[in-house]
Amino acid sequence: MKILVTVKRVIDYNVNIRVKTDNSGVETANVKMAMNPFDENAVEEAVRLKEKGVATEIVVTTIDAPVAQETLRAALALGCDRAILVSSEKDVQPLGVVGALKKIVEKETPELIIMGKQAIDQEGGQVGGLLAAQLGWAQGAAVSKIEISGDKAKVIRETDEGQETLELKLPAVITADLRLNAPRFASLPNIMKAKKKPIEVIPIAEMGGDVCPTIQILKVTPPPMRKRGVVVPDVATLVNKLKNEAKAI
Amino acid sequence: MAALVIAEHDHKSLKSPLLNTITAALMLGRPVSVLVAGKEASGAAQEAASVGGVSEVLYADDAAYDGFLAENMAALIAKLAPSYSHILAPATSFGKNILPRAAGLCGCAQISDIIGIESEDTFVRPIYAGNAIATVKSTDKIKFITVRSTAFDKATRNGKCSVKKIEEVEDSGLSRFIAAQKTQTNRPDLTVAAIIVSGGRGLESAEKFKTIIEPLADKLGAAIGASRAAVDAGYISNDCQIGQTGKVVAPNLYIAIGLSGAIQHLAGMKDSKTIVAVNKDPDAPIFAVADYGIVGDLFEIVPELTKAI
Ligand SMILES: Cc1cc2nc3c(=O)[nH]c(=O)nc-3n(C[C@H](O)[C@H](O)[C@H](O)COP(=O)(O)OP(=O)(O)OC[C@H]3O[C@@H](n4cnc5c(N)ncnc54)[C@H](O)[C@@H]3O)c2cc1C
Ligand SMILES: Nc1ncnc2c1ncn2[C@@H]1O[C@H](COP(=O)(O)O)[C@@H](O)[C@H]1O
Repeated sequence: MKILVTVKRVIDYNVNIRVKTDNSGVETANVKMAMNPFDENAVEEAVRLKEKGVATEIVVTTIDAPVAQETLRAALALGCDRAILVSSEKDVQPLGVVGALKKIVEKETPELIIMGKQAIDQEGGQVGGLLAAQLGWAQGAAVSKIEISGDKAKVIRETDEGQETLELKLPAVITADLRLNAPRFASLPNIMKAKKKPIEVIPIAEMGGDVCPTIQILKVTPPPMRKRGVVVPDVATLVNKLKNEAKAI
Repeated sequence: MAALVIAEHDHKSLKSPLLNTITAALMLGRPVSVLVAGKEASGAAQEAASVGGVSEVLYADDAAYDGFLAENMAALIAKLAPSYSHILAPATSFGKNILPRAAGLCGCAQISDIIGIESEDTFVRPIYAGNAIATVKSTDKIKFITVRSTAFDKATRNGKCSVKKIEEVEDSGLSRFIAAQKTQTNRPDLTVAAIIVSGGRGLESAEKFKTIIEPLADKLGAAIGASRAAVDAGYISNDCQIGQTGKVVAPNLYIAIGLSGAIQHLAGMKDSKTIVAVNKDPDAPIFAVADYGIVGDLFEIVPELTKAI
Protein backbone atom coordinates (compact mmCIF):
# COMPACT_ATOMS: atom_id res chain seq x y z
CA MET A 1 0.00 0.00 0.00
CA LYS A 2 1.03 3.57 -0.60
CA ILE A 3 1.40 5.91 2.36
CA LEU A 4 1.29 9.69 2.23
CA VAL A 5 3.12 11.45 5.05
CA THR A 6 2.87 15.17 5.76
CA VAL A 7 5.61 17.21 7.37
CA LYS A 8 5.87 20.83 8.45
CA ARG A 9 8.99 22.89 8.95
CA VAL A 10 8.77 24.67 12.31
CA ILE A 11 11.05 26.44 14.78
CA ASP A 12 13.04 23.74 16.58
CA TYR A 13 11.37 22.77 19.83
CA ASN A 14 14.47 23.67 21.84
CA VAL A 15 14.60 27.28 20.65
CA ASN A 16 13.50 30.04 23.00
CA ILE A 17 10.67 31.80 21.19
CA ARG A 18 10.89 35.58 20.85
CA VAL A 19 7.91 37.68 19.91
CA LYS A 20 8.61 40.43 17.37
CA THR A 21 8.58 43.89 18.88
CA ASP A 22 5.91 45.07 16.43
CA ASN A 23 3.66 42.22 17.67
CA SER A 24 3.18 40.86 14.17
CA GLY A 25 4.44 37.37 14.97
CA VAL A 26 7.43 35.52 16.36
CA GLU A 27 11.01 36.00 15.27
CA THR A 28 11.99 33.40 12.65
CA ALA A 29 15.06 35.06 11.14
CA ASN A 30 18.26 33.22 12.04
CA VAL A 31 16.36 30.74 14.15
CA LYS A 32 17.01 27.00 14.00
CA MET A 33 14.26 25.23 12.08
CA ALA A 34 13.40 21.54 12.17
CA MET A 35 10.76 19.02 11.23
CA ASN A 36 7.71 19.23 13.50
CA PRO A 37 8.37 16.55 16.19
CA PHE A 38 5.05 14.75 15.62
CA ASP A 39 5.80 14.56 11.91
CA GLU A 40 9.06 12.77 12.76
CA ASN A 41 6.88 10.13 14.40
CA ALA A 42 4.68 10.02 11.30
CA VAL A 43 7.68 9.51 9.02
CA GLU A 44 9.16 6.87 11.33
CA GLU A 45 5.93 4.90 11.41
CA ALA A 46 5.60 4.95 7.64
CA VAL A 47 9.19 3.73 7.28
CA ARG A 48 8.56 0.93 9.79
CA LEU A 49 5.46 -0.13 7.89
CA LYS A 50 7.54 -0.29 4.74
CA GLU A 51 10.25 -2.28 6.50
CA LYS A 52 7.58 -4.73 7.64
CA GLY A 53 6.43 -5.11 4.06
CA VAL A 54 3.05 -3.50 4.75
CA ALA A 55 3.79 -0.34 2.77
CA THR A 56 5.21 -0.36 -0.71
CA GLU A 57 5.88 3.33 -1.24
CA ILE A 58 6.07 6.42 0.96
CA VAL A 59 5.38 9.83 -0.49
CA VAL A 60 6.13 12.80 1.76
CA THR A 61 4.74 16.25 1.23
CA THR A 62 4.75 19.75 2.63
CA ILE A 63 2.96 22.95 1.70
CA ASP A 64 5.41 25.73 2.31
CA ALA A 65 8.04 28.07 0.89
CA PRO A 66 10.82 26.48 -1.20
CA VAL A 67 13.24 26.39 1.79
CA ALA A 68 11.09 23.59 3.19
CA GLN A 69 12.77 21.31 0.67
CA GLU A 70 15.34 20.77 3.42
CA THR A 71 12.60 19.24 5.59
CA LEU A 72 11.50 16.98 2.73
CA ARG A 73 15.14 16.03 2.19
CA ALA A 74 15.36 15.07 5.86
CA ALA A 75 12.29 12.85 5.46
CA LEU A 76 13.80 11.23 2.36
CA ALA A 77 16.97 10.51 4.34
CA LEU A 78 14.84 8.76 6.95
CA GLY A 79 13.36 6.42 4.36
CA CYS A 80 10.58 8.14 2.41
CA ASP A 81 10.78 7.35 -1.31
CA ARG A 82 9.86 10.62 -2.96
CA ALA A 83 8.61 14.07 -2.08
CA ILE A 84 6.21 16.73 -3.25
CA LEU A 85 6.61 20.36 -2.33
CA VAL A 86 3.54 22.48 -2.86
CA SER A 87 5.29 25.81 -2.92
CA SER A 88 3.82 29.02 -1.62
CA GLU A 89 5.62 32.19 -0.67
CA LYS A 90 2.81 33.13 1.70
CA ASP A 91 1.91 31.25 4.87
CA VAL A 92 -0.81 28.76 4.06
CA GLN A 93 -3.61 28.32 6.56
CA PRO A 94 -5.09 24.96 7.58
CA LEU A 95 -7.92 25.07 5.01
CA GLY A 96 -5.41 25.92 2.30
CA VAL A 97 -3.18 23.03 3.40
CA VAL A 98 -6.17 20.72 3.30
CA GLY A 99 -7.11 21.94 -0.18
CA ALA A 100 -3.64 21.15 -1.50
CA LEU A 101 -3.51 17.80 0.31
CA LYS A 102 -6.81 16.79 -1.26
CA LYS A 103 -5.35 17.44 -4.69
CA ILE A 104 -2.31 15.33 -3.82
CA VAL A 105 -4.55 12.53 -2.58
CA GLU A 106 -6.47 12.61 -5.87
CA LYS A 107 -3.24 12.32 -7.78
CA GLU A 108 -1.42 9.79 -5.60
CA THR A 109 -4.35 7.71 -4.25
CA PRO A 110 -2.66 6.65 -1.00
CA GLU A 111 -4.47 4.18 1.26
CA LEU A 112 -3.13 5.69 4.42
CA ILE A 113 -2.14 9.22 5.38
CA ILE A 114 0.00 9.69 8.47
CA MET A 115 0.40 13.19 9.84
CA GLY A 116 1.42 14.81 13.11
CA LYS A 117 -1.29 15.36 15.70
CA GLN A 118 -0.30 19.00 15.91
CA ALA A 119 2.23 21.47 14.61
CA ILE A 120 4.17 22.94 17.53
CA ASP A 121 4.14 26.45 16.06
CA GLN A 122 0.48 27.40 15.55
CA GLU A 123 -0.77 24.42 17.57
CA GLY A 124 -3.98 24.09 15.60
CA GLY A 125 -4.18 20.32 15.93
CA GLN A 126 -6.75 20.36 13.17
CA VAL A 127 -5.34 19.56 9.72
CA GLY A 128 -5.78 15.79 10.24
CA GLY A 129 -9.42 16.07 11.24
CA LEU A 130 -10.24 18.65 8.56
CA LEU A 131 -8.65 16.49 5.88
CA ALA A 132 -10.29 13.24 7.02
CA ALA A 133 -13.66 15.01 7.01
CA GLN A 134 -13.23 16.41 3.53
CA LEU A 135 -12.03 13.08 2.14
CA GLY A 136 -14.81 11.23 3.92
CA TRP A 137 -12.22 8.86 5.39
CA ALA A 138 -11.98 7.29 8.82
CA GLN A 139 -9.68 9.02 11.29
CA GLY A 140 -7.45 8.04 14.18
CA ALA A 141 -6.25 11.05 16.17
CA ALA A 142 -3.29 11.11 18.58
CA VAL A 143 -2.37 7.53 17.85
CA SER A 144 0.31 5.58 19.71
CA LYS A 145 -0.04 2.23 17.95
CA ILE A 146 -0.97 1.15 14.42
CA GLU A 147 -1.63 -2.38 13.21
CA ILE A 148 -2.66 -2.88 9.60
CA SER A 149 -4.49 -6.02 8.58
CA GLY A 150 -6.18 -6.26 5.22
CA ASP A 151 -8.34 -3.22 4.62
CA LYS A 152 -8.45 -2.26 8.30
CA ALA A 153 -6.20 -0.45 10.71
CA LYS A 154 -6.38 -1.11 14.42
CA VAL A 155 -5.15 1.93 16.32
CA ILE A 156 -4.64 2.92 19.92
CA ARG A 157 -5.40 6.53 20.70
CA GLU A 158 -4.00 8.45 23.65
CA THR A 159 -6.84 10.01 25.64
CA ASP A 160 -7.22 12.09 28.78
CA GLU A 161 -8.42 8.99 30.65
CA GLY A 162 -5.82 6.58 29.30
CA GLN A 163 -6.15 4.98 25.89
CA GLU A 164 -8.76 3.67 23.52
CA THR A 165 -8.65 1.13 20.73
CA LEU A 166 -10.43 1.73 17.44
CA GLU A 167 -10.73 -0.12 14.18
CA LEU A 168 -10.58 2.10 11.10
CA LYS A 169 -11.60 1.21 7.59
CA LEU A 170 -8.90 2.04 5.07
CA PRO A 171 -8.24 4.47 3.52
CA ALA A 172 -7.78 6.48 6.70
CA VAL A 173 -6.07 9.51 8.15
CA ILE A 174 -3.98 8.84 11.25
CA THR A 175 -2.30 11.52 13.35
CA ALA A 176 0.76 10.62 15.36
CA ASP A 177 1.27 11.08 19.08
CA LEU A 178 4.87 11.27 20.34
CA ARG A 179 4.41 7.83 21.86
CA LEU A 180 3.84 6.19 18.49
CA ASN A 181 7.54 5.36 18.20
CA ALA A 182 11.05 6.65 18.81
CA PRO A 183 12.22 8.24 15.56
CA ARG A 184 15.59 7.12 14.22
CA PHE A 185 18.40 9.40 13.13
CA ALA A 186 19.37 9.46 9.48
CA SER A 187 22.62 7.66 8.71
CA LEU A 188 25.26 9.37 6.58
CA PRO A 189 24.84 6.96 3.64
CA ASN A 190 21.07 7.52 3.74
CA ILE A 191 21.57 11.28 3.77
CA MET A 192 23.75 10.91 0.66
CA LYS A 193 21.20 8.63 -1.01
CA ALA A 194 18.40 11.07 -0.23
CA LYS A 195 20.11 13.70 -2.36
CA LYS A 196 19.23 11.62 -5.40
CA LYS A 197 15.61 11.01 -4.47
CA PRO A 198 13.11 13.13 -6.41
CA ILE A 199 11.35 16.20 -5.04
CA GLU A 200 8.54 17.38 -7.26
CA VAL A 201 7.74 21.09 -6.89
CA ILE A 202 4.20 22.25 -7.66
CA PRO A 203 3.16 25.90 -7.22
CA ILE A 204 0.15 26.22 -4.92
CA ALA A 205 -1.73 28.08 -7.68
CA GLU A 206 -1.91 24.78 -9.55
CA MET A 207 -3.32 23.05 -6.49
CA GLY A 208 -6.39 25.16 -6.02
CA GLY A 209 -4.41 27.97 -4.45
CA ASP A 210 -4.72 29.00 -0.85
CA VAL A 211 -8.48 28.92 -0.51
CA CYS A 212 -9.33 32.34 0.84
CA PRO A 213 -7.73 32.51 4.32
CA THR A 214 -10.35 32.83 7.03
CA ILE A 215 -8.13 33.52 9.98
CA GLN A 216 -6.42 36.82 10.48
CA ILE A 217 -3.76 37.20 13.14
CA LEU A 218 -4.39 40.60 14.68
CA LYS A 219 -1.47 40.55 17.08
CA VAL A 220 1.01 38.32 18.82
CA THR A 221 2.24 39.24 22.28
CA PRO A 222 4.58 37.65 24.81
CA PRO A 223 2.81 35.68 27.54
CA PRO A 224 2.47 37.22 30.98
CA MET A 225 5.68 36.48 32.85
CA ARG A 226 5.65 34.76 36.21
CA LYS A 227 7.75 36.40 38.85
CA ARG A 228 10.70 34.32 39.95
CA GLY A 229 10.05 33.34 43.54
CA VAL A 230 12.40 32.54 46.36
CA VAL A 231 14.54 29.57 47.24
CA VAL A 232 13.83 28.55 50.82
CA PRO A 233 16.47 26.93 52.99
CA ASP A 234 14.43 24.09 54.48
CA VAL A 235 11.15 22.23 54.64
CA ALA A 236 9.99 24.05 57.77
CA THR A 237 10.27 27.41 56.00
CA LEU A 238 8.45 26.03 52.97
CA VAL A 239 5.56 24.72 55.04
CA ASN A 240 5.34 27.98 56.91
CA LYS A 241 5.23 29.99 53.68
CA LEU A 242 2.67 27.70 52.10
CA LYS A 243 0.44 28.01 55.15
CA ASN A 244 0.81 31.66 56.03
CA GLU A 245 1.97 33.49 52.92
CA ALA A 246 0.45 31.62 49.96
CA LYS A 247 -2.38 30.13 52.06
CA ALA A 248 -2.13 27.17 49.71
CA ILE A 249 -2.41 24.36 52.27
CA MET B 1 -28.16 32.74 16.20
CA ALA B 2 -27.31 30.61 19.19
CA ALA B 3 -24.08 28.91 20.20
CA LEU B 4 -23.89 25.14 20.48
CA VAL B 5 -21.68 23.43 23.04
CA ILE B 6 -20.73 19.80 22.49
CA ALA B 7 -21.02 17.95 25.79
CA GLU B 8 -18.21 15.74 27.02
CA HIS B 9 -19.70 13.17 29.36
CA ASP B 10 -19.57 9.51 30.29
CA HIS B 11 -23.29 8.97 29.54
CA LYS B 12 -24.12 9.18 33.26
CA SER B 13 -22.68 12.58 34.05
CA LEU B 14 -20.86 15.56 32.59
CA LYS B 15 -17.08 15.94 32.51
CA SER B 16 -15.91 19.01 34.34
CA PRO B 17 -14.16 20.84 31.42
CA LEU B 18 -17.59 21.10 29.81
CA LEU B 19 -18.68 23.55 32.53
CA ASN B 20 -15.81 25.88 31.65
CA THR B 21 -16.70 25.58 27.98
CA ILE B 22 -20.29 26.59 28.73
CA THR B 23 -19.01 29.68 30.53
CA ALA B 24 -16.98 30.61 27.45
CA ALA B 25 -20.05 30.10 25.26
CA LEU B 26 -22.17 32.30 27.54
CA MET B 27 -19.61 35.09 27.12
CA LEU B 28 -20.59 35.32 23.45
CA GLY B 29 -23.85 36.90 24.60
CA ARG B 30 -26.10 34.52 22.71
CA PRO B 31 -28.46 31.74 23.73
CA VAL B 32 -26.47 28.59 24.45
CA SER B 33 -27.62 25.10 23.51
CA VAL B 34 -25.84 21.96 24.63
CA LEU B 35 -25.68 18.79 22.55
CA VAL B 36 -25.52 15.58 24.55
CA ALA B 37 -24.92 12.67 22.17
CA GLY B 38 -24.46 9.31 23.78
CA LYS B 39 -26.01 5.98 24.51
CA GLU B 40 -28.60 5.97 27.28
CA ALA B 41 -27.15 9.29 28.37
CA SER B 42 -30.27 10.82 29.87
CA GLY B 43 -28.32 11.28 33.13
CA ALA B 44 -25.83 13.53 31.36
CA ALA B 45 -28.62 15.29 29.43
CA GLN B 46 -30.53 16.05 32.65
CA GLU B 47 -27.36 17.34 34.24
CA ALA B 48 -26.69 19.60 31.26
CA ALA B 49 -30.21 20.99 31.61
CA SER B 50 -29.38 22.07 35.16
CA VAL B 51 -26.40 24.21 34.17
CA GLY B 52 -27.10 27.90 34.63
CA GLY B 53 -27.56 29.95 31.45
CA VAL B 54 -28.17 27.00 29.14
CA SER B 55 -31.31 27.58 27.04
CA GLU B 56 -31.79 24.16 25.57
CA VAL B 57 -30.34 20.67 25.67
CA LEU B 58 -30.41 18.54 22.54
CA TYR B 59 -30.21 14.87 23.36
CA ALA B 60 -29.28 12.24 20.78
CA ASP B 61 -29.46 8.71 22.13
CA ASP B 62 -28.07 5.94 19.97
CA ALA B 63 -25.47 3.18 20.05
CA ALA B 64 -23.69 5.06 17.24
CA TYR B 65 -22.59 7.65 19.82
CA ASP B 66 -21.48 5.17 22.48
CA GLY B 67 -17.73 5.48 21.97
CA PHE B 68 -17.93 9.10 20.77
CA LEU B 69 -16.43 8.11 17.42
CA ALA B 70 -15.31 11.24 15.58
CA GLU B 71 -16.93 10.13 12.33
CA ASN B 72 -20.41 9.82 13.85
CA MET B 73 -20.21 12.71 16.28
CA ALA B 74 -18.89 15.12 13.63
CA ALA B 75 -21.59 14.09 11.15
CA LEU B 76 -24.26 14.81 13.75
CA ILE B 77 -22.72 18.18 14.65
CA ALA B 78 -22.41 19.13 10.97
CA LYS B 79 -26.07 18.39 10.48
CA LEU B 80 -27.06 20.72 13.32
CA ALA B 81 -24.40 23.34 12.54
CA PRO B 82 -26.27 25.56 10.05
CA SER B 83 -28.55 26.78 12.86
CA TYR B 84 -25.66 28.02 14.97
CA SER B 85 -23.11 30.82 14.81
CA HIS B 86 -20.57 29.20 17.14
CA ILE B 87 -19.84 25.59 18.00
CA LEU B 88 -17.67 24.97 21.02
CA ALA B 89 -16.10 21.94 22.65
CA PRO B 90 -13.59 21.55 25.46
CA ALA B 91 -9.96 21.37 24.29
CA THR B 92 -9.62 17.86 25.71
CA SER B 93 -8.81 14.62 23.89
CA PHE B 94 -12.58 14.39 23.27
CA GLY B 95 -12.95 17.84 21.70
CA LYS B 96 -9.64 17.74 19.84
CA ASN B 97 -10.76 14.55 18.13
CA ILE B 98 -14.28 15.53 17.15
CA LEU B 99 -14.37 19.23 16.49
CA PRO B 100 -11.82 19.57 13.63
CA ARG B 101 -13.72 16.89 11.75
CA ALA B 102 -17.02 18.71 12.28
CA ALA B 103 -15.41 21.95 11.10
CA GLY B 104 -14.01 20.19 8.04
CA LEU B 105 -17.44 18.88 7.12
CA CYS B 106 -18.74 22.45 7.20
CA GLY B 107 -15.79 23.85 5.23
CA CYS B 108 -14.58 25.89 8.18
CA ALA B 109 -11.29 26.04 10.06
CA GLN B 110 -11.08 25.63 13.83
CA ILE B 111 -9.95 28.19 16.36
CA SER B 112 -8.10 25.95 18.78
CA ASP B 113 -7.61 26.13 22.51
CA ILE B 114 -8.88 29.64 23.19
CA ILE B 115 -8.07 31.38 26.46
CA GLY B 116 -9.99 34.59 25.82
CA ILE B 117 -12.90 36.05 23.88
CA GLU B 118 -12.58 39.61 22.56
CA SER B 119 -15.73 39.65 20.48
CA GLU B 120 -17.93 37.25 18.59
CA ASP B 121 -15.24 36.72 15.96
CA THR B 122 -12.01 37.53 17.77
CA PHE B 123 -10.32 35.15 20.17
CA VAL B 124 -7.11 34.84 22.16
CA ARG B 125 -5.08 31.65 22.07
CA PRO B 126 -1.61 30.49 23.04
CA ILE B 127 0.81 29.39 20.31
CA TYR B 128 4.37 28.01 20.48
CA ALA B 129 3.74 26.07 23.70
CA GLY B 130 2.40 29.20 25.37
CA ASN B 131 5.49 31.25 24.56
CA ALA B 132 3.38 33.63 22.53
CA ILE B 133 -0.24 34.69 22.71
CA ALA B 134 -2.10 35.35 19.46
CA THR B 135 -5.26 37.36 18.97
CA VAL B 136 -7.05 36.00 15.92
CA LYS B 137 -10.11 37.04 13.99
CA SER B 138 -12.09 34.47 12.08
CA THR B 139 -14.29 35.12 9.06
CA ASP B 140 -15.56 31.53 8.89
CA LYS B 141 -19.34 31.41 8.63
CA ILE B 142 -19.54 29.19 11.69
CA LYS B 143 -16.87 29.53 14.37
CA PHE B 144 -15.64 26.14 15.54
CA ILE B 145 -13.83 26.65 18.81
CA THR B 146 -12.08 24.46 21.34
CA VAL B 147 -11.83 25.98 24.81
CA ARG B 148 -8.98 25.69 27.29
CA SER B 149 -10.82 25.00 30.51
CA THR B 150 -8.28 26.58 32.86
CA ALA B 151 -8.96 30.00 31.32
CA PHE B 152 -12.68 30.09 32.14
CA ASP B 153 -14.64 29.58 35.35
CA LYS B 154 -17.00 26.68 35.74
CA ALA B 155 -20.65 27.35 35.03
CA THR B 156 -22.87 26.75 38.02
CA ARG B 157 -25.67 24.23 38.29
CA ASN B 158 -28.53 26.54 39.06
CA GLY B 159 -30.58 26.33 35.89
CA LYS B 160 -33.44 24.36 34.50
CA CYS B 161 -34.11 24.11 30.80
CA SER B 162 -35.85 21.64 28.56
CA VAL B 163 -34.29 18.57 27.01
CA LYS B 164 -35.25 18.06 23.40
CA LYS B 165 -34.75 14.61 22.02
CA ILE B 166 -33.34 14.58 18.50
CA GLU B 167 -33.74 11.57 16.31
CA GLU B 168 -30.80 12.05 13.92
CA VAL B 169 -28.62 8.98 13.84
CA GLU B 170 -25.33 9.30 12.07
CA ASP B 171 -23.56 6.00 11.72
CA SER B 172 -20.80 6.23 9.14
CA GLY B 173 -19.57 2.67 9.49
CA LEU B 174 -16.04 4.02 8.88
CA SER B 175 -14.71 3.15 12.30
CA ARG B 176 -15.52 0.93 15.20
CA PHE B 177 -14.94 1.47 18.89
CA ILE B 178 -13.24 -1.57 20.38
CA ALA B 179 -12.27 -0.70 23.92
CA ALA B 180 -11.21 2.01 26.30
CA GLN B 181 -8.38 1.43 28.73
CA LYS B 182 -9.12 3.83 31.54
CA THR B 183 -6.76 4.34 34.41
CA GLN B 184 -8.55 3.73 37.70
CA THR B 185 -7.83 6.10 40.53
CA ASN B 186 -9.47 7.26 43.72
CA ARG B 187 -7.69 10.57 43.55
CA PRO B 188 -9.23 13.83 42.41
CA ASP B 189 -9.18 14.41 38.67
CA LEU B 190 -6.27 16.52 37.43
CA THR B 191 -8.62 19.00 35.79
CA VAL B 192 -10.49 19.73 39.02
CA ALA B 193 -7.86 19.17 41.75
CA ALA B 194 -6.96 22.11 43.96
CA ILE B 195 -3.52 20.63 44.56
CA ILE B 196 -1.32 18.63 42.21
CA VAL B 197 1.84 16.79 43.17
CA SER B 198 3.86 16.18 40.03
CA GLY B 199 6.94 14.04 39.52
CA GLY B 200 9.61 13.82 36.85
CA ARG B 201 12.51 11.72 35.72
CA GLY B 202 14.29 12.52 38.98
CA LEU B 203 12.05 9.95 40.70
CA GLU B 204 14.17 7.23 39.06
CA SER B 205 11.66 4.37 39.03
CA ALA B 206 7.98 3.46 39.22
CA GLU B 207 8.50 2.10 42.76
CA LYS B 208 10.14 5.27 43.98
CA PHE B 209 7.55 7.41 42.22
CA LYS B 210 4.92 5.55 44.22
CA THR B 211 6.66 5.63 47.58
CA ILE B 212 7.73 9.28 47.32
CA ILE B 213 4.89 11.01 45.48
CA GLU B 214 1.82 9.11 46.69
CA PRO B 215 2.15 9.74 50.45
CA LEU B 216 2.48 13.48 49.87
CA ALA B 217 -0.49 13.48 47.49
CA ASP B 218 -2.51 11.43 50.00
CA LYS B 219 -1.77 13.86 52.78
CA LEU B 220 -2.79 16.86 50.67
CA GLY B 221 -5.75 15.18 48.96
CA ALA B 222 -3.96 16.02 45.75
CA ALA B 223 -4.05 14.68 42.21
CA ILE B 224 -0.87 13.22 40.77
CA GLY B 225 0.79 14.66 37.68
CA ALA B 226 3.97 13.86 35.80
CA SER B 227 6.39 15.02 33.15
CA ARG B 228 6.56 13.28 29.84
CA ALA B 229 9.91 11.77 30.75
CA ALA B 230 8.33 10.14 33.82
CA VAL B 231 5.45 8.79 31.76
CA ASP B 232 7.70 7.52 28.98
CA ALA B 233 9.93 5.79 31.52
CA GLY B 234 6.84 3.97 32.81
CA TYR B 235 6.81 5.51 36.30
CA ILE B 236 3.14 6.40 35.88
CA SER B 237 0.35 6.19 33.31
CA ASN B 238 0.00 8.58 30.36
CA ASP B 239 -3.21 10.22 31.60
CA CYS B 240 -1.08 11.92 34.28
CA GLN B 241 1.10 13.80 31.80
CA ILE B 242 1.02 17.54 32.09
CA GLY B 243 2.18 19.89 29.36
CA GLN B 244 1.93 20.82 25.72
CA THR B 245 0.94 17.29 24.74
CA GLY B 246 -0.68 16.30 28.00
CA LYS B 247 -3.17 18.07 30.20
CA VAL B 248 -3.21 21.76 30.90
CA VAL B 249 -3.85 22.44 34.58
CA ALA B 250 -4.01 25.48 36.83
CA PRO B 251 -4.50 24.29 40.41
CA ASN B 252 -4.21 26.40 43.50
CA LEU B 253 -0.93 24.64 44.33
CA TYR B 254 1.43 22.74 42.01
CA ILE B 255 4.34 20.89 43.56
CA ALA B 256 6.96 19.95 40.93
CA ILE B 257 9.32 17.26 42.13
CA GLY B 258 12.41 16.10 40.25
CA LEU B 259 11.34 17.61 36.98
CA SER B 260 13.42 20.17 35.15
CA GLY B 261 10.66 22.43 33.83
CA ALA B 262 11.09 22.05 30.07
CA ILE B 263 9.12 24.57 27.99
CA GLN B 264 6.70 21.82 27.01
CA HIS B 265 6.01 20.98 30.64
CA LEU B 266 5.62 24.62 31.67
CA ALA B 267 3.04 24.99 28.89
CA GLY B 268 0.73 22.82 30.94
CA MET B 269 1.13 24.23 34.44
CA LYS B 270 2.54 27.74 34.52
CA ASP B 271 -0.87 29.29 35.21
CA SER B 272 -1.04 27.47 38.56
CA LYS B 273 -1.62 29.88 41.43
CA THR B 274 1.31 28.80 43.59
CA ILE B 275 4.19 26.69 42.28
CA VAL B 276 6.67 24.81 44.45
CA ALA B 277 9.79 23.19 42.98
CA VAL B 278 12.02 20.54 44.52
CA ASN B 279 15.14 19.94 42.45
CA LYS B 280 18.80 19.24 43.15
CA ASP B 281 19.92 21.47 40.29
CA PRO B 282 19.73 25.16 41.28
CA ASP B 283 19.77 26.11 37.58
CA ALA B 284 16.76 23.98 36.62
CA PRO B 285 14.31 26.12 34.61
CA ILE B 286 11.45 25.14 36.91
CA PHE B 287 12.84 27.57 39.49
CA ALA B 288 12.19 30.46 37.09
CA VAL B 289 8.45 29.94 37.48
CA ALA B 290 8.35 28.62 41.06
CA ASP B 291 7.12 30.79 43.90
CA TYR B 292 9.00 28.64 46.38
CA GLY B 293 11.91 26.40 45.59
CA ILE B 294 14.01 23.98 47.58
CA VAL B 295 17.35 22.93 46.18
CA GLY B 296 18.33 19.45 47.26
CA ASP B 297 17.75 15.71 47.08
CA LEU B 298 14.08 14.96 46.62
CA PHE B 299 14.46 11.58 48.34
CA GLU B 300 15.22 13.46 51.58
CA ILE B 301 13.11 16.56 51.10
CA VAL B 302 9.81 15.07 50.01
CA PRO B 303 9.39 12.55 52.87
CA GLU B 304 10.27 15.34 55.28
CA LEU B 305 7.67 17.58 53.67
CA THR B 306 5.07 14.82 53.86
CA LYS B 307 5.74 14.50 57.54
CA ALA B 308 5.64 18.24 58.18
CA ILE B 309 2.17 18.89 56.76
C1 LIG C 1 6.80 18.12 20.87
C2 LIG C 1 7.14 17.85 22.30
C3 LIG C 1 6.12 17.82 23.23
C4 LIG C 1 6.40 17.57 24.56
N1 LIG C 1 5.37 17.57 25.44
C5 LIG C 1 5.64 17.43 26.76
C6 LIG C 1 4.61 17.49 27.74
O1 LIG C 1 3.42 17.62 27.42
N2 LIG C 1 4.94 17.38 29.03
C7 LIG C 1 6.23 17.22 29.45
O2 LIG C 1 6.46 17.14 30.66
N3 LIG C 1 7.22 17.13 28.55
C8 LIG C 1 6.96 17.22 27.22
N4 LIG C 1 7.98 17.11 26.32
C9 LIG C 1 9.31 16.68 26.80
C10 LIG C 1 10.13 17.80 27.42
O3 LIG C 1 10.83 18.46 26.39
C11 LIG C 1 11.14 17.23 28.43
O4 LIG C 1 11.94 16.27 27.80
C12 LIG C 1 10.50 16.59 29.65
O5 LIG C 1 9.52 17.45 30.21
C13 LIG C 1 11.56 16.31 30.70
O6 LIG C 1 11.00 15.64 31.80
P1 LIG C 1 11.69 15.77 33.24
O7 LIG C 1 11.72 17.19 33.65
O8 LIG C 1 11.01 14.80 34.14
O9 LIG C 1 13.14 15.17 32.98
P2 LIG C 1 14.54 15.90 33.02
O10 LIG C 1 14.57 17.07 32.13
O11 LIG C 1 15.56 14.85 32.83
O12 LIG C 1 14.64 16.46 34.49
C14 LIG C 1 14.83 15.69 35.62
C15 LIG C 1 15.11 16.67 36.75
O13 LIG C 1 15.18 15.96 37.98
C16 LIG C 1 16.20 16.52 38.77
N5 LIG C 1 16.63 15.49 39.69
C17 LIG C 1 17.21 14.29 39.38
N6 LIG C 1 17.44 13.59 40.52
C18 LIG C 1 17.02 14.35 41.56
C19 LIG C 1 17.02 14.19 42.97
N7 LIG C 1 17.46 13.06 43.55
N8 LIG C 1 16.53 15.19 43.73
C20 LIG C 1 16.04 16.32 43.16
N9 LIG C 1 16.03 16.53 41.83
C21 LIG C 1 16.51 15.57 41.04
C22 LIG C 1 17.26 16.94 37.79
O14 LIG C 1 18.07 17.99 38.33
C23 LIG C 1 16.44 17.41 36.60
O15 LIG C 1 16.18 18.81 36.66
C24 LIG C 1 7.73 17.33 24.97
C25 LIG C 1 8.75 17.34 24.04
C26 LIG C 1 8.46 17.59 22.71
C27 LIG C 1 9.57 17.58 21.71
N1 LIG D 1 1.91 23.41 5.70
C1 LIG D 1 1.83 22.11 5.93
N2 LIG D 1 2.36 21.21 5.07
C2 LIG D 1 2.29 19.88 5.28
N3 LIG D 1 1.72 19.35 6.36
C3 LIG D 1 1.17 20.18 7.27
C4 LIG D 1 1.19 21.59 7.11
N4 LIG D 1 0.56 22.13 8.17
C5 LIG D 1 0.19 21.11 8.97
N5 LIG D 1 0.55 19.93 8.42
C6 LIG D 1 0.36 18.58 8.98
O1 LIG D 1 -0.74 18.59 9.86
C7 LIG D 1 -0.33 18.25 11.19
C8 LIG D 1 -1.16 19.01 12.18
O2 LIG D 1 -0.96 20.39 12.01
P1 LIG D 1 -1.87 21.51 12.69
O3 LIG D 1 -3.27 21.12 12.48
O4 LIG D 1 -1.48 22.77 11.97
O5 LIG D 1 -1.47 21.55 14.13
C9 LIG D 1 1.16 18.54 11.22
O6 LIG D 1 1.82 17.73 12.17
C10 LIG D 1 1.56 18.18 9.79
O7 LIG D 1 1.75 16.78 9.65
